[in-house]
Amino acid sequence: MRTTKGILAYGTHVPYRRLDRAEIAAVMGTPSGRGYRSVASFDEDTTTMGVEAARRTLGSTAALPPDALWFSTVAPAYLDKTNATAIHAALRLDASVSALDFGGAQRSAVGALRTALTTPGRTLVVSSDVRVSLPTGLEDGGGGDAAAAILTGSSADGPLLAEYLGGATTTAEFTDRWRIPGSNHSRTWEDRFGEQAYTPLVRQAWADALVATGLTVDDVSVAVVTGLHGRATRKAAAGLGVAIADDLSATIGNTGAAQPALLLADVLDSAKANDVVALVTLADGCEVLLFRATEELTTGRPSRSVATQIDNRADVPYTRYLAWRGLLEVQPPNRPEPGRPSSPAALRRSDWKHGFVGSIDRTTGITHLPPSRVGISGGAVDDMDPIPMADAVGTVATFTVDRLAYSPSPPVVFAVVDFDGGGRMPIELTDVDPDAVFIGGRVEMTFRRLFTTDELHNYFWKVRPIRG
Amino acid sequence: MASHGIRDRVAIVGMGCTPFREHWHRSLDDLLIDAHGLALDSAGITKSDVDAYWYGTSQSSASGISLATPLRLDNRPVTRVENYCATGSEALRQACYAVASGAYDIAVAIGGEKVKDGGYQGLNAFPIPTDGTNRALTAAAMFSLVLPAYADRYGIDEDQLRYVVAKIAEKNHYNGARNELAQFRREIAAEDICKMAAVAGSLSVFDCAGVADGAAAAVVVAAERATDYTDAPLYVKALSLVAGDGSGLIDPDFDFTTLPECAATAADAYAQADITDPQTELALAEVHDCFTPTELLLMEDLGFSERGAGWSDVLEGRFALDGDLPVNTDGGLKSFGHPVGASGLRMHYEAWLQLRGEAPVERRITTLDTRSRALVHNLGGYPGEMVSFVGIWGTELD
Repeated sequence: MRTTKGILAYGTHVPYRRLDRAEIAAVMGTPSGRGYRSVASFDEDTTTMGVEAARRTLGSTAALPPDALWFSTVAPAYLDKTNATAIHAALRLDASVSALDFGGAQRSAVGALRTALTTPGRTLVVSSDVRVSLPTGLEDGGGGDAAAAILTGSSADGPLLAEYLGGATTTAEFTDRWRIPGSNHSRTWEDRFGEQAYTPLVRQAWADALVATGLTVDDVSVAVVTGLHGRATRKAAAGLGVAIADDLSATIGNTGAAQPALLLADVLDSAKANDVVALVTLADGCEVLLFRATEELTTGRPSRSVATQIDNRADVPYTRYLAWRGLLEVQPPNRPEPGRPSSPAALRRSDWKHGFVGSIDRTTGITHLPPSRVGISGGAVDDMDPIPMADAVGTVATFTVDRLAYSPSPPVVFAVVDFDGGGRMPIELTDVDPDAVFIGGRVEMTFRRLFTTDELHNYFWKVRPIRG
Repeated sequence: MASHGIRDRVAIVGMGCTPFREHWHRSLDDLLIDAHGLALDSAGITKSDVDAYWYGTSQSSASGISLATPLRLDNRPVTRVENYCATGSEALRQACYAVASGAYDIAVAIGGEKVKDGGYQGLNAFPIPTDGTNRALTAAAMFSLVLPAYADRYGIDEDQLRYVVAKIAEKNHYNGARNELAQFRREIAAEDICKMAAVAGSLSVFDCAGVADGAAAAVVVAAERATDYTDAPLYVKALSLVAGDGSGLIDPDFDFTTLPECAATAADAYAQADITDPQTELALAEVHDCFTPTELLLMEDLGFSERGAGWSDVLEGRFALDGDLPVNTDGGLKSFGHPVGASGLRMHYEAWLQLRGEAPVERRITTLDTRSRALVHNLGGYPGEMVSFVGIWGTELD
């Protein structure tokens, strides 16, 4: 039987915080446009956002787990060391599942997706980006932070939400945008150069893709057109001759490496069966991928759509945003910085630290967080089973706001959380207004970066209010 | 489980305590030498009389050498003791057991802490390598978790409860103002504390123990020889210690309105001392008021108030200097200051002064006509996971 490749599942993460672009004008005195950009919180990076998108992807499908995890970002948390391994650990994937980074350029993200769609196996393709430029720079207001994940596979692996029909690619070397490692912002050539460089590359890739798939423009329901070169991207969109999807520039901004999969997800969130969706990405050439939505899409979507996440938001002041990104250096709290986490201890407890796996006493049924060898009741030793708790939801039993403790962004909001079905954890709250916490509030788990010491990122879980 | 105690077998016969201050010009060694000298003078002995030492410090130095060197002890056994903020009481407990065993005739328990050399305000955590998942909350915040939980359980308005705990600080500052060794000697009204900026939950800086350097020491001997050294020894009636198993942070049934380790040590100590009604049998209590909510819960956990009645007893002034049961007559951690390793011994120093009628007249208790026992409570850790010590001392052999 012929099998078709395509999308088995997808999920996205749009951070809770937004920057109102008008705030930039108010602070800097320069025009800054309207609308909002999404802002990764101080405790988020491309890895943690990737975890969130990947969790939503795998949580929405009954398909077999991936046998590879590919992670793409322009803003890796680490060089030298693979970042996908932290996502792998948070998802509790088996050691036999390979985890790889596709680094450097925005193009890597869509390239990883196309490669996954044209090779055997189930691949979880995660893309994530934190877009930064200097204050008043193009991406200061125009960029956005987000992550998106797509599980690719074949119809033999589970019901496809969208079939991959085929595509085409063009490549060229020209320098319209560049950044050297270590720099916190990109530089660009004058706008009109990139526009003329991209136009023929898009035209060729689009024509080749239609030929490869046997489609005509009339068959294409909607095209997602993405690229960091705004002028070239708009011109490309106008030249395709098909309906163009919302690029979310008004609500979250251009999310770079995450943008192709994020916009594709946004379209799939509302696409009808048999809609043909084109994904056109301008990045050092052009990538065109064509999909057809299936009947399964309606029931296979993730529970949290892109639109829902766009609606669940709170604004962050511009100066706080700049401080979070290290663009405005503020006086740190006068407390000793926490010590760096011990790598051997983190390895021994990776299931706990990265996977949030506790233990449950076989005799008493009591959930222990963190996992224990000896139970708090009964006294048996090593009479426990692991219990994954990352998907548990809970209730605030009591809470406090700590204005003295060290935090990259004080104050620390902290709660004692009792989980539905058992288990208690005193744990930090995030994505929350300190005045909005209350006993009885409902919370869910989220993977975060607690702090960084000696350039070593300390990842662990926090809770955040359940919204949407 | 047996807990027999060593009632009336050991006695304190001398004590000393330095002022608790920001001692910018005095080292830990200076403070230890001073406390040691005061205690030995008080017992009328010299260091050649002392057989063994238990030295408590939380994180200011390590090993017995760090006491033996500044005191220039001559081939003496010195054991360094650490049990969080209950370190000072733990040193005393070990010294008492050593004498009770017959291994030594005269033992000294000494505790000291130099916290103001660190460069940061407050007390700071032990730098132990971990997997990075442990809490990074301040102790103030951990204890502030008590207030919303207590208000919720007993249906008390949170603003009213906030005022109640401020009254505890007011009382302890009132007492500390009458204590020349105390760090903070200014009275302050609860209303003014309530107006201060919150630093952890609803707690302000004035709900937190003072952070000070200091040292304190006690000389212990067998009870039958106690009167060789002083006319008014303090006899051990009970010594109890519990190291909690941390279950409060795992067990959803723990509701942050009680400190079970403290209740357990109190029950054990009352059994050892044969006390059935602490509210009327104790002349005073020195308790671990590291934060104002701690003292509120302790009134219930130590049996001074009924469950849920601690807050109203505080408002009624039952634990004031002239109340039914005076608590923290020296100002407590709040006003006296909290040099961690010294604090447990400092609490005993106040029991020593008060039970012997030697406390300055302006803070002298009036309960001694009918009572002759003091309770000392010292804890370390946080709600849900703590060590707790309760000692009971009396001026009379039973």
